[in-house]
Amino acid sequence: MSQASHAHDHGAHDHSAPGAHEGHGHEAGHGTLKGYTIGFVLSVILTAIPFWLVMGHVIPDPRLTALAVMALAAVQIVVHMVFFLHMNSRSEGGWTMLALIFTLVLVVITLSGSLWVMYHLNHNMMPMSVHDMRNMP
Amino acid sequence: MATTLDIPVKDAAAAPRFHVVEHHPENGSLLGFWLYLMSDCLIFAVLFAVYGVLGRSYAAGPSGADLFDLPMVALNTSMLLFSSITYGFAMLAMEQNRVKTTLAWLAVTGLFGAAFLGLELTEFAHFIHEGATPQRSAFLSSFFALVGTHGLHVTFGIVWLVTLMVQVGQRGLIPENRRRLMCLSMFWHFLDVVWIGVFSFVYLMGALR
Repeated sequence: MSQASHAHDHGAHDHSAPGAHEGHGHEAGHGTLKGYTIGFVLSVILTAIPFWLVMGHVIPDPRLTALAVMALAAVQIVVHMVFFLHMNSRSEGGWTMLALIFTLVLVVITLSGSLWVMYHLNHNMMPMSVHDMRNMP
Repeated sequence: MATTLDIPVKDAAAAPRFHVVEHHPENGSLLGFWLYLMSDCLIFAVLFAVYGVLGRSYAAGPSGADLFDLPMVALNTSMLLFSSITYGFAMLAMEQNRVKTTLAWLAVTGLFGAAFLGLELTEFAHFIHEGATPQRSAFLSSFFALVGTHGLHVTFGIVWLVTLMVQVGQRGLIPENRRRLMCLSMFWHFLDVVWIGVFSFVYLMGALR
């Protein structure tokens, strides 16, 4: 992510200092043809790989495949954020980034908390057999 | 002394410009719309959490591996991905003040969005025809809630897109329409981000087992 966002910051920096580079004249924080194309090509690759992994049964272990799919999805979300939604730490004086970080914290708490609590609830409230009941303290 | 004499003249010229610069109507909308998207993100996070908890409760009904047709999902995903890049082209045309090109790219975006919706509705109809209705199991309830909410967002995105095409056609690329197009751009790309989570977490992980 840091590399991609650095590239974008570099573009924005060029805009603030016109004449330093050619070809950045139209950029007003909305992206360029180059940016959209890079984002699109990266998205196609990052979409094709997980479909190929699952449909071609490339990795025999489904757990490893699932991990790879989730990791690729996370990378693709960052690609979309940077190249299509033009996220950077400077837009709107940093408030969009702050709102995004706050939301991500809430999303992580919601997802991991729900899954963790419900997994343990399912695990601990397994239906007991009569034999288990008799042996309870 | 010369500067004090200059001040009234400078003020008269500077005051209106200062007022316009201070107003910033676009930025307020864009930040506000971003905050709306973040709250929408929380709605989807909750639906994802529900699916994560209930997604393996099949109630002896069909599982994801039985139902999901991955080539169809791949086609669906490409439709949404193409609509993202064509919306990007519309934004680039808008920045160059080309009304007709903007409208053409918006139309292409709308067609890709409609194709996505058509494929998704076909898939839903197929599931329901096979007896995999939302009432069948907790897995199917949470599946239809999550994917259906995303589909509803795309539907309203298309309604918004058509409305903006009419607006741009009538009034051209005035600042208000530019602001609206930028808000829709964020909405449209955000829906694509959510879809990444849906096809990875629901379809691909569901088809694994």
